[in-house]
Amino acid sequence: MSEARANILARLRAAPRLQPPERPQWQAPGFNDRLDRFRVMIEAVHGEVHLVSADTWRAHLRKVLAEKNVARVLAAPHLGLDWDDMVAYDAPVEDFKDQLVSGIDAAVTTTRGAIAETGSLVVVPDMDEPRLASLLPPIHVALLNAGDIADNLAQIMEKQGWAAAMPTNLLLISGPSKTADIEQTLAYGVHGPKELIVLVLQ
Amino acid sequence: MTSDFSTRAHDALNNPQLRANFRRAMDGLMTKRAAQFEDKDNWHALRARGAAIKARALARLPDLLEEFEQKAIANGINVHWAETTADANRIVLEILTAHGAKKVIKGKSMVSEEMHLNAHLEAHGIKAVESDLGEYIIQLAGEAPSHIVMPCIHKNKGEIAQLFTDNIENQPYTEDVDALTAAARQVLRREFASADAGLSGANFLVAETGSLVLIENEGNGRLSTTLPPLHIAVAGIEKLVEKLDDVAPLLALLPRSATGQAITTYVNMISSPRKAGEKDGPRQVHLVLLDNGRSRVYADEQLRDTLRCIRCGACMNHCPVYSRVGGHTYGSVYPGPIGKILTPQLAGLDCAGDLPHASTLCNACVEVCPVQIPIADILVRLRTEAAEPSTSPAVKGAGSGHSAVESAVWKGWQAMYAHPAAYKVGTKALSVVGNLIPAAAPLLKQWTSVRSKPKFAAKTLHELAREKGYDHE
Repeated sequence: MSEARANILARLRAAPRLQPPERPQWQAPGFNDRLDRFRVMIEAVHGEVHLVSADTWRAHLRKVLAEKNVARVLAAPHLGLDWDDMVAYDAPVEDFKDQLVSGIDAAVTTTRGAIAETGSLVVVPDMDEPRLASLLPPIHVALLNAGDIADNLAQIMEKQGWAAAMPTNLLLISGPSKTADIEQTLAYGVHGPKELIVLVLQ
Repeated sequence: MTSDFSTRAHDALNNPQLRANFRRAMDGLMTKRAAQFEDKDNWHALRARGAAIKARALARLPDLLEEFEQKAIANGINVHWAETTADANRIVLEILTAHGAKKVIKGKSMVSEEMHLNAHLEAHGIKAVESDLGEYIIQLAGEAPSHIVMPCIHKNKGEIAQLFTDNIENQPYTEDVDALTAAARQVLRREFASADAGLSGANFLVAETGSLVLIENEGNGRLSTTLPPLHIAVAGIEKLVEKLDDVAPLLALLPRSATGQAITTYVNMISSPRKAGEKDGPRQVHLVLLDNGRSRVYADEQLRDTLRCIRCGACMNHCPVYSRVGGHTYGSVYPGPIGKILTPQLAGLDCAGDLPHASTLCNACVEVCPVQIPIADILVRLRTEAAEPSTSPAVKGAGSGHSAVESAVWKGWQAMYAHPAAYKVGTKALSVVGNLIPAAAPLLKQWTSVRSKPKFAAKTLHELAREKGYDHE
């Protein structure tokens, strides 16, 4: 194994050394109304956007979930959501797999921000909101503070200092799971959520 | 394996269903891509940036590989190095065996195709299940991908409906795409939940942070890298980028070039296995870095540009040859223009020497390449390398296409062009007797099998020019 490593690196080092080119100037776009751009972009890929406030989002979400006939909801207790059949992701996946794979109708997670240019949520799973929460249930509800929407990826990476402290997993999520593998026909929910609902807290 | 492009091309060209499937798909992809890059100034600035990022990373490749390895190991990722696909297969098998794994769920990975990993695992009693919908479909059909981004682009929904009815229990025949997708979701959910390991590729490896970046639309890549207790990633050594912020312009290029999407549904950045207190994610993450000829190609300054490729597939979507003959005609894992330069370099011109000729050099691929790979120049270079033994150690199988007759004909041509008297006699002779030579004459036969033999004019160009009053010289 280390022999392979030594051989590969030796071959690469024996090759002609070229001067690394500088990175030419390129500027990702900015937007006057970031929320509007975010909304247009994520709705174009089948995401739903609801404008709410810190006081109203729980009541609004209860209404939305009821309309969608959701029974069991996965959410971290600290979110303070009032729902009859609510479970927390508080055990390792090995003990929680069956429920997670087929027993939950919707999951609620926070986000670390969003990107206006592409209509993307920045999701950083943690101990309270593990990685599979935003992936296995058929509905993913994401909470987004309107003030955390950046113009573009380069900007949010820099502003939030990603490179200095990459978490175990960092995700950009732009719409529900989809595929166009069969005759380029779009179908949603092939593996992940069929619906993505973004509650924007203004 | 000796590839025989022209025989397969002939079959593909006479298959109207296949041609219709590709035509529809390629037209759609070209239109969608064009809509993403309407601002030409931005496109030029962006691709110049993308090309520089990849060229820069290649210039520093050995250093970046070491930096990446150091960071990844510090993050808790196991890094392995493989010189050949056989080495890479052995490493993957050893990791799986050590964990007692019997079933692997796979996200889409072209490097795993390059390794023919599934067959290797099956031979050792480990089941590999493809979970990307397109890959799942071709796995059911027992076929290879025909496109690097959309592997089952050659199939229509009738063919897929039949495959599902034949292979999935209690699945009625339906051409409804939502119903077919739902059926696959159900089958594959069970496979995900019971898999012992997940296997994926990687789109970018970030040296600065030791992170793997994977992009996808379906979520199967996220599931493969999160749900099973073990994650193995396989990636070519050319996937390195220097800084995390290099990922931003590359992400602005890749999905837009590939499928005309502003971004893929998921961008999945993985930097470590499950940490203490975290409730999901694999307990071990392994990365196998594959060389398989890449470090040999790297030795040549021109050919090295091949390694900039970010596997978007735009070159094949815009290729007049690919869009007519389809991916399987190339007989290799990487089809289309990038395959035509990559395959003969990795496998050797002695194995795939006909591929560099499967091009009209129309330059469409070069115009759309998001990292400015000079594909046409490299095609011409490889044609030359195939004809005569090379001085470059980067080319495997150089001179394997050498033909004494062809070489003699060109030498004669060269001599005739260098001597005005010979040129005059030669062209005059052809204008007199050229039309008497039958199309089926030994040296002409192959060339005229797909072309009409041209008619020689009664007067040479020089004679006509003189008649018009042009001076000699």
